[in-house]
Amino acid sequence: MGKYVLIESRDPFDSADCKNFRDLASGLAKGGNEVAFFLTQNGVLPARRGCAAEGSLAELGRSVSVLADEFALRERGIDADALVEGVRPASIDALIALIMEDGRKALWH
Amino acid sequence: MAKTLTLVLMDPPYEKETTTTGFRIIESALRQGHNVKVFAYEGAVNLTMKDQQPHPNPVKGTTVEQEQHPTTKDWVAALFRMGSGSPKLEWINCGLCVDERGAGNWIEGPRRGGPKELAEWVQATEATLVIPTK
Amino acid sequence: MSKKVLSIVETAYRGTLEEQDDTILWLNHALKNNGLDVAVLLRANAVNYAVRGQDASGLRFGEGALAHPPEIDKDVEALVRKGVKVFLVTEDARERGIPDEKLLPGVEKLGRAQIPSLFQRFDQVWHW
Repeated sequence: MGKYVLIESRDPFDSADCKNFRDLASGLAKGGNEVAFFLTQNGVLPARRGCAAEGSLAELGRSVSVLADEFALRERGIDADALVEGVRPASIDALIALIMEDGRKALWH
Repeated sequence: MAKTLTLVLMDPPYEKETTTTGFRIIESALRQGHNVKVFAYEGAVNLTMKDQQPHPNPVKGTTVEQEQHPTTKDWVAALFRMGSGSPKLEWINCGLCVDERGAGNWIEGPRRGGPKELAEWVQATEATLVIPTK
Repeated sequence: MSKKVLSIVETAYRGTLEEQDDTILWLNHALKNNGLDVAVLLRANAVNYAVRGQDASGLRFGEGALAHPPEIDKDVEALVRKGVKVFLVTEDARERGIPDEKLLPGVEKLGRAQIPSLFQRFDQVWHW
């Protein structure tokens, strides 16, 4: 099975296609792949606990590793202790480590 | 172990956060010892245009000197200084994209290229990330 | 051995009139010409690229005319002739009301649920 890092730069308030990207992540995980889902830019907006989209992200977090760009969080005033359950802050260095990992496929959305 | 990342950028400067995210990716990869090869496609060829100038901010009442407004060409130049040896930064501006935009006057560092070079990079490097424009 | 790359095309009709091409289909065609083993997956609005009978002719601004309007359906056919496998997401076509009989015959249809297994056939997956 494969390894993937899916980078989500869009948010569900602006882009209906976010659901398809989350479904892709879940589908890959269901197929036995190891999936990291890295939120960046406005992609971190649904990671704020209490937002209307938090349910879908929490659900995704049960099957894949959901990471949120520390800089993008800070830029938007989202505190690390105010994240949807299952979402972990991560640095850009952590994203690079994932992208450069042998055999891991990286997709931007 | 040092590896090489091929990064495809498409967005023009001052439009999307993808530009600075792309720069953060380059900076982090270089800092972690990886080589980076950037293929600037379409609007991204404007990132390195030499004629970019910082401007004052009339709303804040700041001068050019006070504002220190960043230009993407200066940021790319700084990344080139980071990647001048080992690890190394290479940058290709898509030639046809340059011609149609009149964007041929660029800073030291990038070179002209096209799909042939991108195909070679993809074959030769460990990872490729495409950051498209919408 | 050449790396196998799946290029997913999502965005449709971006700059295609100015360019007289879709720049992503064009780039993938050029990469194939340069020896890269690419395949294309049309999804979201880009499924419309596989619709037969696209016609962007007649654009004129004063004396300035678009001499060679894009013919994206023919470009998709050219990719297929070149040996590039072109896939299309059926649900995305259905959601946009595209009937099967309007789709180019050389394009292979697959459901969203099949995309993860499609990925396994490629070394890299790019999402444009």
